Amino acid sequence: MDSTTILIGLASVLVAAAPVVFAVMGETLSERAGVINLSMNGTILLSAMGGFAVSVRTGNLFLGFLTGMLIGAAVALIVAFSSITLKQSQVAVGFVLALVCRDLSYFLGNPFMGLAGPRLPAWPLSGLKEIPVIGTLFFNHDLMTYLSFIVIFVSWFWIFRTRPGLMLQGIGERPAAAYVRGANVNLMRYVYTVLGGALIGLAGPTYSLSVKAGWKGTISGLDGIGWIALAITIFGGWNPLRAAFGAYLFALLQWLGLVLQPSLPNIPSQVLQVAPFPLMILTLLLVNIGDAEWVERTLASLPEPTRRFFAKAFRAMRASPPAALGVPFERD
Amino acid sequence: MKVELRGIHKYFGNNHANNDITLNIPAGTIQGILGENGAGKSTLMKILSGFIHADKGEILLDGKAVFIQSPATAIHHGVGMLHQDPLDFPPMRVIDNFMIGHSGGLFPNRASVTRDFKLIAEQYGFSLDPDAYVDSLTVGERQQLEIIRLLWLGARVLILDEPTTGISASQKEKLFATLRTLAEQGKTIIFVSHKLEDVEVLCHQVAVLRQGSLVGEAKKPFDTKKLVEMMFGKEISLGARQTLERHGSVLSLQNVSIEDVRLKIKDVSLEVSGGEVIGLAGMEGSGQGAFLRACAGIVRPVSGHVKVRGRDLTGKSYHVYKRNGVEFLPAARLEEGLVPGLSLTEHYVLAEKSKDVFINHERGLKQAQEKIAAFNIKGTPVHTIESLSGGNQQRALLSLLRDPLSAVLIEHPTRGLDIESVIYIWGKLKERCRKGTAIMFISSDLEEILQYSDRVLVFFSGRVSQPLDASTTTVEQLGQLIGGKGWAS
Repeated sequence: MDSTTILIGLASVLVAAAPVVFAVMGETLSERAGVINLSMNGTILLSAMGGFAVSVRTGNLFLGFLTGMLIGAAVALIVAFSSITLKQSQVAVGFVLALVCRDLSYFLGNPFMGLAGPRLPAWPLSGLKEIPVIGTLFFNHDLMTYLSFIVIFVSWFWIFRTRPGLMLQGIGERPAAAYVRGANVNLMRYVYTVLGGALIGLAGPTYSLSVKAGWKGTISGLDGIGWIALAITIFGGWNPLRAAFGAYLFALLQWLGLVLQPSLPNIPSQVLQVAPFPLMILTLLLVNIGDAEWVERTLASLPEPTRRFFAKAFRAMRASPPAALGVPFERD
Repeated sequence: MKVELRGIHKYFGNNHANNDITLNIPAGTIQGILGENGAGKSTLMKILSGFIHADKGEILLDGKAVFIQSPATAIHHGVGMLHQDPLDFPPMRVIDNFMIGHSGGLFPNRASVTRDFKLIAEQYGFSLDPDAYVDSLTVGERQQLEIIRLLWLGARVLILDEPTTGISASQKEKLFATLRTLAEQGKTIIFVSHKLEDVEVLCHQVAVLRQGSLVGEAKKPFDTKKLVEMMFGKEISLGARQTLERHGSVLSLQNVSIEDVRLKIKDVSLEVSGGEVIGLAGMEGSGQGAFLRACAGIVRPVSGHVKVRGRDLTGKSYHVYKRNGVEFLPAARLEEGLVPGLSLTEHYVLAEKSKDVFINHERGLKQAQEKIAAFNIKGTPVHTIESLSGGNQQRALLSLLRDPLSAVLIEHPTRGLDIESVIYIWGKLKERCRKGTAIMFISSDLEEILQYSDRVLVFFSGRVSQPLDASTTTVEQLGQLIGGKGWAS
């Protein structure tokens, strides 16, 4: 493999990760506000199918993406209503929605199976794409990939650098304290859950109109992505930059599975296809290993500078969830 | 700012939590609100700070009637409340905590906010690092953060709910000094407490609540006896110190060293006899927590030996210690000691060592009734544990201890409890001592330590004092050691 092939490969990783990025950013925003949207896996499938169907019928790509976002927002609204207003279990509602939306997408998507549909055209940014290496990596893609870069940065900036973002952190951490500081906790939770849902919904059409264009029902290969995105949100420590890193790592592992296949003929292709999933789980475990008692004890026996280094590294890696995640807010 | 409450009524169901309360607090006054747990103090303060609304009555600020719709409205009117458990965001930075809720444009100007923060902090002599994480601060420092935040937002009335619970003696001094300064500047301070001595030292005037009603008011200088009478409707005294007969060595520590991320405790040796009470004093996080846990096998010492009744249990788990008659009661009652959602009966069933697969409800119920009577718990067998008051939860926790025991290790046995419960709980603990149990406890209340311990260990950033005889030690001496003075270097 020469360097150009690798460069193009890495560029394709950024493209393939775009939908995962959307989903993970959406989930991060929602969970930062304290609401777990567990429906993600179903939402992505339903919005992929819906976006594709609308684009096929109307021939309009924009309407396809919009449909995906509306589907995502609508599903999130159900999660929000049942958990914030009715104070029901977010896990139960989200899980059932994940299953329902998935089956609904297969059922409603039957008429569109295997149809040829529109596909998002590439949109190289002339001027920027000529820059060596960076141009190929970042500026020779389609609109959605660029948008995914922007969404990462904007989410991060919003959460950590703006006044409403600070309050968002507070709402997920300790809603009572946010309320005392003047936040309308439940309204904000609605807003972020629905907004996050719309981003999750954008992931679907990004697959069906671009990354894996078309709708092939159960063999679309999208089932499971939502669950991985959920894991990446946790791995990302509810921080958009770390979460984006997780999304790219996952896409990279998938890509490696493909390129390594020819050189590893003894390993069944299924193993390489499935490998990214357990590898992601392994990464998750490693990130939070600093909390385990035996690690703490081993650390305590190390010489001081080494111990301090590891302790610091573990603390930096460790991510604690928003304390009020999944807990309905009651004023008193 | 002048605060007037007129004829405040509040009902929770059938419970008349506030019954026609009228109070006048002139500007520049430190007003004490005294009363037992459940007397209606918190309800009244929640009404004033906008958390809940009065069913009847009105609130006047500087002579103008106002409707305080929410805590945000309250601070807009200049009324700020410091909650017992500071309502802040522990995993976030001090400066972010300070800033959240401050209105302004989309992009906060960190540099100018940090300047403001440092200015106010300096003005009151608080040394808080704006970049520190709040969960690394002590309760006292978190209070300081909240106070300067409320002042920054323009608070002219400051309500403090039980602010001296869980902070060290020196932090309390600082807090009181700050409150006095604020009052001199014309701010109104409302100090809610069930601690008589704090109120007497600090306040200009006091209102006493009992069972939802205002039973009396008093101005400085206070007549302690009268205040106690108003609070409880009767006189109460702590009683004389008592030392009980010793029964052989129960717990023995030999050159025990403990390390955690922040602290190192080196070479502590201690013999504890049955019937003896050992008090552990020190600022929160000085090592006494780790020490107590090491005696229970929850924290592993890095070297040295822990023996219980002569058996070397070093490095064994808490379960082994438990089998050998050592039990640990944590400060976080509901989080670590009890199971929220379960009833009293269910707690006794759980604690019971029985091989039955099915729950014997009758036996559990009978046991619950016995314990409720024996420990004077205000509640019924079907009450869930979290619906009981703090004092009753603590009684329930004590009632779950097995009998007999070699040693009971307790963190803050009476934190946040009213004086009647305190006396009751210590009565029960002393009963245990009489049967030969040793007790080791942590408290930030120095009077409690001197009143009930036989010997005292003082902790200061990982250093441990020689055992002090409680009968010849004074609060001042303890306070100095806790603050780091008088240690041989």
